[in-house]
Amino acid sequence: MQGPAVVDLHVTVDQASDAERAAVDVVVPPDQAAVIVETERLVRGGTARRRERRHLLLPALHALQAEIGWISPGGLNYVAERLQVPPAEAYGVATFYELFRVDDPGHDQSVTHVCVDAACQIAGADARFGELRAEGRHVHRSPCLGQCERAPASFVQGRGEPDHVPADEHEVFQHRQAGDPELRISRRLGVVDPTSLESYRDHGGYEALAAAVEMGPDAIIAALSESGLSGRGGAAFPTGVKWRAVADQQGRPKHVVANCDESEPGTFKDRVLMENDPFALIEAMTIAGFATGASSGWIYIRGEYPRATARLRHAIVEARAAGLLGPDAAGSGHRFDVELRRGAGAYICGEETALFNSIEGFRGEPRNKPPFPTTHGLFGEPTVVNNPETLLNVAPILLDGPEVYRSRGTEQSPGTRLFCLSGSVGAPGVYEVALGTSLGDLLELAGGVTGTLQTVLLGGAAGSFVGPHQLDLPLTLEDTRAAGTTLGSGVVMAFDDSIDMTPVVVRIAEFFRDESCGQCVPCRVGTVRQHEVVVQLQRQGSLAPDRLDLIDDMARAMADASICGLGHTASGAVRSALQLGLIGGGS
Amino acid sequence: MFGAGGGTSSYTEVEQTDLIVLWGSNAREAHPIFFHHLLKGIDNGARMYCVDPRRTSSAKFADVWLGIHVGTDIALSNGIAREIIHAGLTDDTFIAHATSGYEEYAASVEPYTLDRVADITGVPAEAIRELAHAYATADTAQILWTLGITEHHNAVDNVLALCNLALLTGHVGRWGSGLVPLRGQNNVQGGGDMGALPNKFPGFQDVVDPEARARFEAVYGTSLNPEPGLHLTLMFEAMERGELRALYVIGENPADSEADIAHARALLDGLDILIVQDIVMTRTAEMADVVFPASIAWAESEGTVTSSERRVQRVRPAVVPPGQARHDIDILVDLAATMGVELGPQKPADVWNELRSLSPLHRGMTWERLEAEGGLQWPCPDEDHPGSPYLHGWLWAEDREGRDPAPFSVVEHEGPKEKLTEEFPYRLTTGRALDSYNTGVQSGGLASPIRYGDALDVNPEDATALGIGDGERVLVSSPRGSVEMRIRLQPDIPRGLTFTTFHFPELVDANVLTNDAWDPKSGTSEFKAASIRIDKLDVAAAAGAGAGGG
Repeated sequence: MQGPAVVDLHVTVDQASDAERAAVDVVVPPDQAAVIVETERLVRGGTARRRERRHLLLPALHALQAEIGWISPGGLNYVAERLQVPPAEAYGVATFYELFRVDDPGHDQSVTHVCVDAACQIAGADARFGELRAEGRHVHRSPCLGQCERAPASFVQGRGEPDHVPADEHEVFQHRQAGDPELRISRRLGVVDPTSLESYRDHGGYEALAAAVEMGPDAIIAALSESGLSGRGGAAFPTGVKWRAVADQQGRPKHVVANCDESEPGTFKDRVLMENDPFALIEAMTIAGFATGASSGWIYIRGEYPRATARLRHAIVEARAAGLLGPDAAGSGHRFDVELRRGAGAYICGEETALFNSIEGFRGEPRNKPPFPTTHGLFGEPTVVNNPETLLNVAPILLDGPEVYRSRGTEQSPGTRLFCLSGSVGAPGVYEVALGTSLGDLLELAGGVTGTLQTVLLGGAAGSFVGPHQLDLPLTLEDTRAAGTTLGSGVVMAFDDSIDMTPVVVRIAEFFRDESCGQCVPCRVGTVRQHEVVVQLQRQGSLAPDRLDLIDDMARAMADASICGLGHTASGAVRSALQLGLIGGGS
Repeated sequence: MFGAGGGTSSYTEVEQTDLIVLWGSNAREAHPIFFHHLLKGIDNGARMYCVDPRRTSSAKFADVWLGIHVGTDIALSNGIAREIIHAGLTDDTFIAHATSGYEEYAASVEPYTLDRVADITGVPAEAIRELAHAYATADTAQILWTLGITEHHNAVDNVLALCNLALLTGHVGRWGSGLVPLRGQNNVQGGGDMGALPNKFPGFQDVVDPEARARFEAVYGTSLNPEPGLHLTLMFEAMERGELRALYVIGENPADSEADIAHARALLDGLDILIVQDIVMTRTAEMADVVFPASIAWAESEGTVTSSERRVQRVRPAVVPPGQARHDIDILVDLAATMGVELGPQKPADVWNELRSLSPLHRGMTWERLEAEGGLQWPCPDEDHPGSPYLHGWLWAEDREGRDPAPFSVVEHEGPKEKLTEEFPYRLTTGRALDSYNTGVQSGGLASPIRYGDALDVNPEDATALGIGDGERVLVSSPRGSVEMRIRLQPDIPRGLTFTTFHFPELVDANVLTNDAWDPKSGTSEFKAASIRIDKLDVAAAAGAGAGGG
C-alpha cells in the first residue's frame, strides 16, 4: 500500500509544544523532512520523498505518546507536516492502536495495563486491577499481554520512566527443560547470557550463518524444504516454499520481516525466545536475507514487550559492531541489516499484511490476498515473513541436516514445537516437545493439571476448546485438524473444573469484538453479534435455538467472506465451548 | 514538419514515462484532467522537476521545484543544454542522424555557464546541473508546458529552447519521450487543426502554398485570398490604424481577456460593426451590434473535438439548446445564405467528410471509425491507419522519406520586456485557479468553496516591508493603470513576485495591469510579466490617487 499522491494538507490551528517538536525531531530530523526548502527558489519534495518517509509515522506517534502521554492535535499537525501525511490519515492511524490516546489524560503519571484475557482472568485479574487502582495508579484493562505463565500480568506504559513489566524486576528466567539434550529451538534459553554476543558464540551462535554462507542460497532453501519445516504462527505454511518464492523474485528490493507481534491470547513463546536468545533471531534473519537475496530485515515487535525490545536492540547494535550485520554481513558478501519497529497494541497487526501496513505507516488493516507477500509484501516488494519460533528452527536444520530434524515429530509434522502452557497447570511456561506428543503428556510435563481438568483451550482465542476425553490427542497438524481443532500458535491453556467458563467465553467474544479492525463487514458485524449472543447467554443462562443458529450463521459468513484469519477463526472457541457444554448448560 | 502542430505524445505516455519536466505550467489547476494522467505517471514512479516562478500546487508534486525568475526560461534551458553537452550526455547518434544546426547551437549556449544561469534565474547551479543530468540520462522523458512558456513577448523562442533540449537528448519521436504543450480547452487543438489560424488551412496547410490553395478552391468553388490573415494582436493594431472596421467574434471574450484591457475596449467600441456569437452574454457581446446565441459545444451540439494528444473524438447533444440558441454550423450556413451563398444543408458528418477530403492528417478518420474506436489521433492518412500515438517517429527511421532533419534553433535570453524599476519594483504574473475558467464566462456563475476571488498573492516578507496585511485592500499600479485589489499572503511565492488570476474581470480588471508587448512570431501578449507597485490605499489617496490612473 503506497497511498495516493497528496499535497494539500489542511491542518488545524493547533501548534505543537517545544517538547513535542523535540520528540518528533529525534525520529524525523528537520533535514529529513518530506519537504526541504533549500532556498527561496529551490524546494525538494514530491511523492517519492513522501512515500519514503511514511514509515516514520508510527515511530513519530510513539515519540509523541511517550513524551506527553497522548497525541495532541498540535503534535499530530507537526508530524503531518513533517511527513506530508494528511492529518486525517495520521489521526486514523493514531486511533487504530490501543497504546495511543488522542485525548488529554489529564495527568503525567505512568499507566498500568492489566491483562484481562483468559489466563489472567482466571488468576484474579479483576482483583489485581482493583488493588492497583486502590493504590492510586492509573490502570487500563488490556488484552493479552503475553505473560500468561505469570498471570495476572501487567505492563507499565511509562511517563518519565521507560515502559516496563513489573514482573521482570524480580524474576530470573528459568527454562524448566534447561539441560535437556533433546532441545533444539530452546536449548540456549536460561543458559546463554542474552546480552552478550560472546556468550552467544560460546553456545554455538553464528555457526549456522557460517554454514549457510558455505552452502549458498539454493542449498539452504533445499535443506529447509527437505526438513518439512512449516510456519509456527498458526497457518503452517511450508517455510522452504516461502523462501524459494522470494529468492526467485528478481530486480526489486526484498525484505525479511520477523513477525514478533505475538498477540494471540495465551501465547508467549516468542517473547521468551527474544528475551533470552535475541542473537538467535538476528542470526536466523541474516540467513534468511542471504538465502533469499533480501537486504533489509525488519523486526516488528508488539509494544507491550519492553524487555524483548531492549534486548533485540542491544543485539542489533552488537551484531553491527561485530560486522555480523551491515554491508558485508558476517563476511557473506551480502548486505543485510535489521531495523526494529514497535507495534502499539493491535492484535490484528500479527496478521502479516496488516503488519506490513503498520510498518508502512498506515492503519493496520489486512490486505486482500493474492497477491501474496512473497511477491507484494512490505512496501509492495517481495518479502519473507516468519515468526521467531519458525526462524529459530533454521539454524538446527542447517547444522544438523534435515534428516536429523525429521527424526523428531511425525511424517507430516516433523520436528519439535514450542508450547505455551498456562492456566491450571503446576508449572506454567514454554515447553519444547516433539510434534506428536500427546496433550496429556504435555500437561504432565508442565507439572500436571492442578485439580480436575474441565477443558483445554488449544491454539489460543483463535483456536478451540477440547475436553478431558481428548488427552490422548497427538499434537500434530494432521491429528488436530482431524479432531476439528488446531495447534494454532501453540497455546495449551488448562481450566480445572472449579472455573466458571461462561465469563471466559464472554471475554473471548469481547476480545474479537474489540480487535476486529472493522475493515470488512462480516467480521465487523459478526464479532459484535457473536458477543451480544454470548452476553445474552450469560444473563439468561440459556438461549433459544434460533440464537444458537445465529452464531453458526455468522461463523459461516465470517469464515467465507472475511479477508483475513481474524474473521475466519473468531467463532472457533465460542462454538466449541457450546458444543462441549462448557457454557449454556450443554444445549 | 518538426516544430509545428500539436503535442507529440499521448496521455498514456506520461503515465509510463520516467521523467516529467513540468515547465511554466500549473497543470493541476489549469489542466486538471491531464494532471490525473500525470499523477498516474508519478504513482508509477516517474520523477518530476517543476520549473515555475511560483511554487504552485502542481509544483508541490515535484521532486524538485526550480523557482526561476519570470521570463528567464531561455537562460535556464540554454544552461541545461550547455551542461548536457559538457557532461557528454548528448545523444550523438540521434543528433547526427535526425537534426541540423547542432554546431552553431552548441556554440551559442557556451556562454550559459551554470553560475551565470544561476545568477539570471535565481536557482542554485547545483539544481540546474541535477535537472540537466536527470533529463539527459532518463530512458524516457517529457517536457510539458503551458502559458508560462507562451505568454511572453518571445514565446516562440521559449518553445524552441525546450525543443532544443529534446533534440539534444533524443527525447522526442519515441514512446514515452516528447514535447507536450497543454491546451487550455477541450478543443483548442481542434480549432488550430480546422484552420482557425491566420496562415493555415485545415490540416496545417499553408495559405501561401498555391497547390494547397488550389485544392481548397476546387472544393469550395471560389477563389481564396493568398495573403495570410491577421492574428488577434495584429487585428487590434489594425483597428488602431482604422484599417479593421468590422469584427465577427465566435466564442471569444476579448473585452475581458486582452492585455491592457482599457485600450482594447476602446478599440472594440470604435468599430463600425461588432458581431458576437457566443453561448452566454459576455462583456464583448454586450458591446456588440449583433449577437448570435450559440448552442454549447459539449452538451447541445453534434460534432467533434480534438484534445491535446491530437485525438479527434465525437461529441453528441444531450439536451436541446434553450431559446433561440442554435448550432454554430446552422448559424454560419444561414448567414452565408443571407449573403447569397448556398452552402446547402450541412450536417456535422458532411462537414467532417469535406474536411477528410482536404486534410491528409484526417483522411483515414471516418465518422464510423471515430465512433467505433473511441477517437483517433492524427495523423491518420488512410482508413487502415491506426492513428498516431506520438509524432515524429520518422526522426528515428533509417529513411526520413525526404523530410528535412529537425533544426536546432539558436535562441538568446532576453528577459521580460518590462523591466523592474524603482517606481514599479514588483513583478506581476498571472494564471488560473482550479475552480475558475479564463474570464469567468463559463465558471463565474457557479459557486465554489475554494474560490478566493480577486486577490493579489504577495510574499509575507514583502507584505511586512510594505506594511500591509492579509486581506487588506491596496492600490496596484502598472505603467498602464491602477486597480484596487485585496492582498493574500502566500508563503509559496518568492519575494519580489506577485500573482493574480484573471478570472474576475467584474471584480478587478487584472488585465488593466498586464503588458501588451507581444511576440511577433505567435501574436501572444506578455501576460506573464508586468511590473507593478503596491500602495496602501490611505497613502495612495493622500498622495492624490497614486501613479497612473487608467
